[in-house]
Amino acid sequence: MSRLGVLRGAAFFATLVALPSFNLAHWVMNMAVFVLMFAVMSSAWNLVGGFAGYPSLGHAAFFGIGAYAVALWYKNHELTNAWHPFLALPLIALIAALVGLPIAMISMRTRADVFAIVTITVLFVAQTLAFNLRSITDGAQGLAIPPATFSVTTFERPFYYVLTVLLAFAMAITWASMRSKIGLALSSVRADEDKARGVGVHVTAVKLLAFCVSVGITAMVGAIWAYYESFIYPQFAIDPLITIAMVLMTFLGGRATLWGPVVGALVLETAQQVLAYQFGGSKIYLIAYALVFLLVMLLLPRGILPTIQDWLRQRRRRLATDNVPPPAANLPPAAVPAAHGGRA
Amino acid sequence: MHALIQGVILGVLTAGVYALMASGQTLIFGIMKVVNLAQGAMVVFGAYLSYQLFTSWGVDPFLAIPITTVAMFVLGMAVEWAFLRPLRQQDKAELSLLVTFAVALLLEGFLSVTWKTTYRSINTGYANSSMTIAGYQITLVRLWAFLLSLGALALLFLLLNRTRFGRAIRATVQNPESARLLGVEAQRVSAFGFGLGSATAAAAGSVYGLLYAFYPGTHYDLISLLLSIVILGGLGSIGGAVVGALIVSVSSAVVSATASPTWSSMTFFIILLLVLLVRPQGLFGTPARGAI
Repeated sequence: MSRLGVLRGAAFFATLVALPSFNLAHWVMNMAVFVLMFAVMSSAWNLVGGFAGYPSLGHAAFFGIGAYAVALWYKNHELTNAWHPFLALPLIALIAALVGLPIAMISMRTRADVFAIVTITVLFVAQTLAFNLRSITDGAQGLAIPPATFSVTTFERPFYYVLTVLLAFAMAITWASMRSKIGLALSSVRADEDKARGVGVHVTAVKLLAFCVSVGITAMVGAIWAYYESFIYPQFAIDPLITIAMVLMTFLGGRATLWGPVVGALVLETAQQVLAYQFGGSKIYLIAYALVFLLVMLLLPRGILPTIQDWLRQRRRRLATDNVPPPAANLPPAAVPAAHGGRA
Repeated sequence: MHALIQGVILGVLTAGVYALMASGQTLIFGIMKVVNLAQGAMVVFGAYLSYQLFTSWGVDPFLAIPITTVAMFVLGMAVEWAFLRPLRQQDKAELSLLVTFAVALLLEGFLSVTWKTTYRSINTGYANSSMTIAGYQITLVRLWAFLLSLGALALLFLLLNRTRFGRAIRATVQNPESARLLGVEAQRVSAFGFGLGSATAAAAGSVYGLLYAFYPGTHYDLISLLLSIVILGGLGSIGGAVVGALIVSVSSAVVSATASPTWSSMTFFIILLLVLLVRPQGLFGTPARGAI
């Protein structure tokens, strides 16, 4: 990573850490918590959907697993320390990864659009289970989680900071994989899986690894969400719209980039919260959201960051060619067009 | 045993409607390589259209089918023109999933605003009449729905196999590039194909509205069902869609009749996962398709 990249990351996370100390209003902090949740989840989705090119539509099932893991644990246990649920996050990630492994082993036999469909059926299976295993999940009644005993005035802060750490973790994994052989293997899977297998890339292992890490992170966010809301219903804990939000944010920001999912989450989640607030319970919000969604897909099919990067690169090239010093008088005239070759 | 056979009868009769919905979906995939996640929403839209025709003017849902299919044919062509045609070729497969999902949300939002989110059903005079054959009860409306779906499927089959347009479609499905070289206009085939897929959704929607109560969110249930059917049968194969619909519908009706209705929707997901374990391309799909 270039020095500029390190600086960018440091500045971003310093801003994130400093933000709550401005004593922002509750609704702003609430929005920030949700933006962070989706930034983490989109970064996680990006590992499978962006880098490996396997567009999973089933990630919301793992979000639900995380949410239900917290809810079920506190169904039978007392909440003695408000920080305890956060300490359980790595364990929840492990559970989700273990559940995800056999699912990935079956579904990753298919590719691209078929894979998307198989994973979306996983999502619906999980939803059906959450509704129907009433003895465990209490079905449509939902489950209550003991509310966190943080101070009311700064209630959002613990969630905010934990999510910031999680975002740093997800981005660090993305960054490390981009620099390592794993990242190379993942992009070879995306480009041409059969050829990659042919030249000796451990295609299956790397795909499964990416999927398990990705769903593990997603489950941690699900757990934090459940604890934050302190009540979960199956239709919201396992919601196709959550999957779609992750996908859309990654596509909007830029697939297979480090910052793309974060940018996408910042833009879209803010827009969604504002739209939902504007139109209240009315379904007009759904129409507005769908229209934003369609516009993004049609106008920026490659995402914000790649589009900007292309634009910058072209601009830089144009500047570079414009700044070429005027040819010295003793050069033969034939050398002139060569120096301006980039502009033609 | 009685419950089992009753379940099979019910399953087969219901399979007709599902086959009709799924044939449109698989047709669209075959022609355009687009998985249409809005198919369920289009079915629900069709159901609402015939609900409105029935409650406002007393048009029988079976007679409303020509009207709703034409309307949805036009809507489907418009969707293809506005949202699918502008996509770039290289990322069409991935983006089209998202775009059609967005269309589904758009339709859901539109339906919720227009007809509210309460359940609606079409209560015709004959909705509850049934006949009994050898001790097994058959609801007449289901029988008619089944026959009508068969008729629509037969029409679709004739259209694909006996007309010039059908030949162009089949050529595009088999080999898009050769078809283009031979003078098939790919864009027109795509637009007509998407329209045709939407029209089958409308016909199925009118029938669906007769059989079940529905609300805008019904499209989530339908789309998961339809996707299972087309994947099970093999994407792009209409025969596969019919077989897939039979398997899904009969198995869930049997489980619901013999075990518990709550688990019936689970059954076909499990069948689907098992089939994919053995044949990733589905029952009638070609290996090349599964490896797109």
